[in-house]
Amino acid sequence: MVDLSRKFDVLVIGGGNAALCAAISARRAGASVLVLEGAPKFYRGGNTRHTRNMRCAHDAATEILTGPYTEQEFWDDLLRITGGQTDEELARFMIAESKDILDWIVEQGVRWQPSLGGTLSLGRTNSFFLGGGRAMLNALYLTAEKLGVEILYDAEVTDLQIEDGMFLSARLKQAVNGASEIRASALVAAAGGFEANIEWLKEYWGEAADNFLIRGTPYNRGSILKMLLARGVQDVGDPTQCHAVAIDARAPKFDGGIITRHDSVVFGIVVNKHAQRFYDEGEDIWPKRYAIWGRLVAAQPDQIAYIVFDASVRHSFMPTLFPPIEGATIAELATKLTLDPAALEKTISEFNAAVRPGTFDHTILDDCRTEGLSPPKTHWARRIETAPYYAYPVRPGITFTYLGTRVNREARMLMKDGKPSANMFAAGEIMAGNVLGKGYAAGIGMTIGSVFGRVAGREAARNVRN
Amino acid sequence: MHGTRILDEADRLMTVCNSCRYCEGLCAVFPAMEMRRSFSDGDLNYFANLCHACGACYTDCQFSPPHEFNVNVPQTLAIARAESYAAYAWPRAFAGIFARNGLVISLISALSVAVFILGFAAWHDRQILFGVHTGPGAFYKLMPHNAMAALFGAVFLYAIVALIMGVRAFWRDIGEPVGMKADAGSLWQAIRDAGELRYLDGGGVGCFNEDDRPTDRRRLYHHFTFYGFLLCFASTSVATLYHYLLAREAPYAWWDAPVVLGTFGGVGLLIGPIGLLAGKWKRDPVLVDQKQMGMDTAFIVMLFLTSLTGMALLLLRATSAMGPLLALHLGVVFALFLTMPYGKFVHGIYRFTALVRYARERRAVGHV
Repeated sequence: MVDLSRKFDVLVIGGGNAALCAAISARRAGASVLVLEGAPKFYRGGNTRHTRNMRCAHDAATEILTGPYTEQEFWDDLLRITGGQTDEELARFMIAESKDILDWIVEQGVRWQPSLGGTLSLGRTNSFFLGGGRAMLNALYLTAEKLGVEILYDAEVTDLQIEDGMFLSARLKQAVNGASEIRASALVAAAGGFEANIEWLKEYWGEAADNFLIRGTPYNRGSILKMLLARGVQDVGDPTQCHAVAIDARAPKFDGGIITRHDSVVFGIVVNKHAQRFYDEGEDIWPKRYAIWGRLVAAQPDQIAYIVFDASVRHSFMPTLFPPIEGATIAELATKLTLDPAALEKTISEFNAAVRPGTFDHTILDDCRTEGLSPPKTHWARRIETAPYYAYPVRPGITFTYLGTRVNREARMLMKDGKPSANMFAAGEIMAGNVLGKGYAAGIGMTIGSVFGRVAGREAARNVRN
Repeated sequence: MHGTRILDEADRLMTVCNSCRYCEGLCAVFPAMEMRRSFSDGDLNYFANLCHACGACYTDCQFSPPHEFNVNVPQTLAIARAESYAAYAWPRAFAGIFARNGLVISLISALSVAVFILGFAAWHDRQILFGVHTGPGAFYKLMPHNAMAALFGAVFLYAIVALIMGVRAFWRDIGEPVGMKADAGSLWQAIRDAGELRYLDGGGVGCFNEDDRPTDRRRLYHHFTFYGFLLCFASTSVATLYHYLLAREAPYAWWDAPVVLGTFGGVGLLIGPIGLLAGKWKRDPVLVDQKQMGMDTAFIVMLFLTSLTGMALLLLRATSAMGPLLALHLGVVFALFLTMPYGKFVHGIYRFTALVRYARERRAVGHV
């Protein structure tokens, strides 16, 4: 049993990739480490449970990566997806460190594999975890336990004692052996974002947030983030920004994970509850534009939309968890979707009339496009005319939020007055906003977690020695 | 919908897994699944027999219980696998043996041993049954060699015919045309995959047993068991050749091939089953089909007893215990062969067949 009366060198709050990388690296640097995971053991690890890969720079192809992905290319990608809303120094530092993480994470027991079936477009840039994110977590936990890191589950923290930017102690909701006050010489906050906290989301999104589905566990409530910001830590990032994709509206409210996603937008059209199109479905290649559809659907009435396609593309994308809703005619499909049949027929016939001839190729930005239609479909536009007709209902699926704590290159939190905290560090989603002002590219969340987790653990351990 | 409740559940799980695919690097089941978008009964039975029950996909799955998606592939495929054994059994009338396997096999074994002992006793007087016999032909004083060969040849032949008929039904069910010859490359690939138990390694770390710490112990003990069995089988085969080709009669000297092969095999067949059984009792029940416990235990114990009685016979063959021990050994071996098509033994046959099918599929889509 963990002795909570002692003072730990490093307290890690959180239990995902960033937390475990921090715990392992602090322990390897000689510190005594306690990890507080707020979730039960099965749900340990927050969003890491649902991840599958990490984006790391590398100068040459490897056994599992099909080609080089240089630091410069990584930086260019980051610049493009964030529209420049990133801290260049931190971002370049992260990208440089990511090269070493490819090997370091293997030393912690994690195993790589080539890109999964259906994700070939990521085969050059992203390294996939053999067995997925939970397998990765299991490996990190086994390593941490072997190294002597103490771990508590169901360990929800209700308060942090912080004085002048210095962490003193944390209070547990439920005492362990009579002890509920945990003292440590340094804190690593790696407790994720607040995406599962609907009330908090409503502060920025209003009642629309009631219609959001949360892709991860209900435990990502952002309570640690809130405490830190309330106790003088400087915030970073736009609170309305998040990673949000369009997921199946039939998915559970929480923890539906990867399998509720839809890759089929480019094969059809997307309409709202008034059966009207609202965005160019052919703007860019999946997965680069995969992450915009959550926000787009969030902006539609009742936060619902429908991906509509026909029998000719029924098997053009990965099989889905929920089968598509089927109609022998467009009117029948509309009725099943509770849309106005005449409106959907009109939208589709106008779309069909605007489609120009071209050569379809979903792997490139092809020349199949509409003309004289608003909004246009600029690529992969083909007539929807082969019965039966299909649709997937979709809602915004929130993966994680970007509001966070500002940090420096040591992963050390900065206080509102700009001064570095004496002993507080942050890693993972709780500080992702430093690097990701907006937008997303597959696997970057895990890069942020591993890179800043390792740095935070190392620096926290060094902080204790000094 | 499918023929059985468990195939419906397997279909539900494969639909979940096919939209996730995180486990595709762990074993052969998930790559085979990815080659399909929908699943027939035969497809699901194929996956069930391709699964080596390492448990890695359960431990790695973000949707395993208590998650509401309730994804438990190892247990579901274990149940489907057991049901498939019964479905392919030949003749059909014996399919029910799988459901009461522990009971049936223990009864047959007891009966078989009793018949050999009684047979020896009825045939001979006490002096011969409890006498000391040494030198070539000692065993045949108790049972003539031709009688022994005819009896065991017949039961062995029956087992082979029944197994072939089962494999034929399986092969047809999983969508391969009957009579089609497996290509040599796929066959060789399957022999290698089965020989090293490639897919019992959880994707490289070992398989999951009593907790979430993988070990390679099950594979090790299975190797002891399987190769022990093969060596024992080789021992018997060499002895038969000695008898008919070289006119050399058992028992053989300790340095002679049948005894050396049998001793090494016998030791493997003692260590392996003990390890497998101990592991089985400790294994996390969530990973297994508890209803199969009787069948699994019966087969493991039969293998162990085959070796134990054989080793005892070897050690005590120059004493007056030889007669009863020979009856015991022959009784156990007879029961083992007789029940082979209706017990756990078939797992190896169907799994190997599934591996051949998998190797063929992989070739067909360009993996060599």
